[in-house]
Amino acid sequence: MNTVDVHDLADRLTKAVTERTAIDPLTDDVTDLDLETGYAVQRVLRDQAGPRVGWKLGVTSRAKQAQVGVSDPVCGFLPGAGALDLGEPLRTGELIQPRAEPEIVFILGRDLAGAHVTAADVLSATSGLAVGIEILDSRFRDYRFTMADVVADNTSAARFVVGTPVPPAGIDVRLVGVLLEKNGELVATASGAASLGHPAAAVAWLVRRLAASGEGLAAGEVVLSGGLTAATPVVAGDVVAVTIDRLGTVELACSS
Amino acid sequence: MAVTDPAAKARALYEARRTRVPIPPFTDAEPDLDMADGYAIQQELVPLLLADGDTVVGHKVGVTSAAMQKMIGIDTPDYGPVLSSTVYRDGDAIPLDRFIAPKVEAEIVFVLGSRLQGPGIGPTDVAPAVAGVAAAMEIVDSRIADWRIKLADTVADLASNGAVAVSSRLVPLQGLDTRLIGMTFTRNGELVDTGAGAAALGDPLAVVAWLANVLGEAGVALEPGHMIMTGALHAAVPLAAGDVFRAEFDRLGPVTIRVKES
Repeated sequence: MNTVDVHDLADRLTKAVTERTAIDPLTDDVTDLDLETGYAVQRVLRDQAGPRVGWKLGVTSRAKQAQVGVSDPVCGFLPGAGALDLGEPLRTGELIQPRAEPEIVFILGRDLAGAHVTAADVLSATSGLAVGIEILDSRFRDYRFTMADVVADNTSAARFVVGTPVPPAGIDVRLVGVLLEKNGELVATASGAASLGHPAAAVAWLVRRLAASGEGLAAGEVVLSGGLTAATPVVAGDVVAVTIDRLGTVELACSS
Repeated sequence: MAVTDPAAKARALYEARRTRVPIPPFTDAEPDLDMADGYAIQQELVPLLLADGDTVVGHKVGVTSAAMQKMIGIDTPDYGPVLSSTVYRDGDAIPLDRFIAPKVEAEIVFVLGSRLQGPGIGPTDVAPAVAGVAAAMEIVDSRIADWRIKLADTVADLASNGAVAVSSRLVPLQGLDTRLIGMTFTRNGELVDTGAGAAALGDPLAVVAWLANVLGEAGVALEPGHMIMTGALHAAVPLAAGDVFRAEFDRLGPVTIRVKES
């Protein structure tokens, strides 16, 4: 039995976005909001959003999973309206508390669906890999939330930028070195394995998750395969650069 | 004021290494000891170890990450000699009883092909002197009780070096961007951490230049055949008997160690 009004909760989140005002976690007063109900809220937001260009993963680091006591990642959708073009600044004034993180982006060359899809299937369906910067913007004050909250909030998705794709042949995305720099200073390093041991395994998890609701990935869709370092806060004036070996560099300037 | 009796302090560290019984930090009794004092003690300690038949086969550089520098409260790395008795090969079993409070970390090692002497060594001067690059793991250890170290303590204690395991696969530097070499670190097959070369002072090559310049001030050169350990790419991990650690580096390959009781 579920008494949660998912439309009401989606409205709260939409209002937070529109008013650029952080709210308390939904679970503070809706104590029976569980993970699957969180996805139901996210589904309402997805139906209300414009055209989708892809998907994203969250909570893909084992350290983060251990910290919050879960063993699965979470996923969200990417509305086209969230895409920044290369060279286009991030307008922080449109957001509440933006943070940037480096990602490996998969671009699907063909449709991919199924409950038993593996990382190998993902790689053979991938036409391009690219450097990505995801801008998170939790609608919850100070990023304080439960898993159900963050799933309802579309896994904090806000903006993203995707670099020039390169063909995936011969690239071991598990081992590629990753640098996150802000204003010319190194913030963190990682390798691709930071996302679930293998970024393609994170995408495969997404496909299997979508299969449960009869969905899948479509050719041309992009997948942000999970943050590879801790997210770094950004303010107007910051310049974030992500470099991934064999994939290139993407730079993102922040304006007000 | 210079450090009082560095020879006695070196002797205390020597005994701690021999008996595996740690000593209190020197900075407990003499809180003003600084980095120079630490090196004065280190310089007294090394001859004691060489007198036992050990040889210097390279250098380690430590505290190369911004996070570590902040933790210890300095804005520079530190260094110490690598002794031949502490060098292991890829796949070796490492006896826990050689150490006091060991931790393991993955790093990139350079082997020099020609002499490099500072000062005045810039980042582009290093590459021509490098014979190759290798995957490595350092075992750090502290002869100071409970790792309760200040800067002078760790510098005196050979920069907390314990041992190193180095891959025999020496990869030419040409065409490598050492900043971008990705690394995954696993314990018993489970991912523990990841990193990339830039975690060491922005570029492992810059670590070698820094070391050549600092040692050059003292008239010491980096010699052909020397290995230079350029600093951890992630936070150090404690080890236990039975553990298998594997650091796999993009472009360099893996290095694996097993940990045994004795």
